[in-house]
Amino acid sequence: MLGALLIVFREVLEAGLIVGIVMAATRGVPGRGRWVTIGIAGGVLGAAIVAVFAGVISDAFEGSGQELFNAGVLGLAVVMLMWHNAWMARHGREIADEMRRVGTAVSEGTKPLTALAVVIGLAVLREGSEVVLFLYGIMAQGTSGSALLAGGILGIAAGAAFTALTYFGLLAVPNRHIFSVTSWLIALLAAGMAAQSVQFLNSAGLVLSLDQTVWDTSWLLSEGSIVGRLLHILIGYTERPTEMQLIVYVAILVAMYVLMRIARPAPRTPMPAAAE
Amino acid sequence: MRKALFIIGLAGLLAVGAESARAQDYVLTIKDHRFTPTELKVPANKRVQVTVVNDDATPEEFESHEMKVEKVIPGKSKATVRIGPLKPGRYPFFGEFHEATAKGTVIAE
Repeated sequence: MLGALLIVFREVLEAGLIVGIVMAATRGVPGRGRWVTIGIAGGVLGAAIVAVFAGVISDAFEGSGQELFNAGVLGLAVVMLMWHNAWMARHGREIADEMRRVGTAVSEGTKPLTALAVVIGLAVLREGSEVVLFLYGIMAQGTSGSALLAGGILGIAAGAAFTALTYFGLLAVPNRHIFSVTSWLIALLAAGMAAQSVQFLNSAGLVLSLDQTVWDTSWLLSEGSIVGRLLHILIGYTERPTEMQLIVYVAILVAMYVLMRIARPAPRTPMPAAAE
Repeated sequence: MRKALFIIGLAGLLAVGAESARAQDYVLTIKDHRFTPTELKVPANKRVQVTVVNDDATPEEFESHEMKVEKVIPGKSKATVRIGPLKPGRYPFFGEFHEATAKGTVIAE
């Protein structure tokens, strides 16, 4: 039971960290609760579908289907995170101003937080499909499975609790810093995902150039350890990065920075947003 | 652009397929949440294709940080994993869903 709990917890944790960060990043944005719910629900549904078709996906493209699928999911999440950060760079200031003035978020119509919902959905889908497969395996084993199943459910609960912890932990960051803190977290998250996506493309046989390992820090911090895993999700820590992974990682960080610079509204004289 | 990328990708896949048809096939079998053989010898500095056969009814995730692989293999099915080029050495792998028993090592030489 403990084994099942740990495995499920690990997967839920990975998705939960992402959900917690994205939720903290959109604090005060009206209507976000609905989008978060849509994202999670869509992700769970998607995870079930992916789990059912795991065999078909795996066999597609000469056996590279799963790698291409993972690379695609990660790539799409990176694009969505960039869009999200650009959007927050443009509107974050207004939202913070509103929150300061009125003490709470003002409804100026629902913001289209599709990017947020998609990122959450993809994170839940990717990790969730493994949970579904694993739990399905347990149930398929029959009678002795009930203890394991209980472990799995406890694992989900523990993972959800960790998501809440991440979220409320980030809420402790003062209002005026929250946007820059979460923007940086999201930039690192996206860079790590992109580097991971490139590795899946390599496994699929598509991106084979620059595949030499640049360094090996497995002696210092194993990717399999808890800290290693957390850093892997948060900043994309890899014990043996390839040249291509490093290039992509840095490129995404630079692109994110430039994009947010461009999106940032020009400083204006302190006039309330009446003109808009 | 998109079409070009697709064609390049397709050509890449075909090339990989053609290469593997000639290369020796490496097979790992999962049974009762254990890998057979537990030590798999592959040539160093070469990209090799390993077929992982899952004879158990339950799914398994073939994973190795050292070889940078993670792949879910549904129950009663098989999957192809491409690894390398590896420098000579020992590369442990494990089954994430049954880590206590499902363990093994790839030896590149």
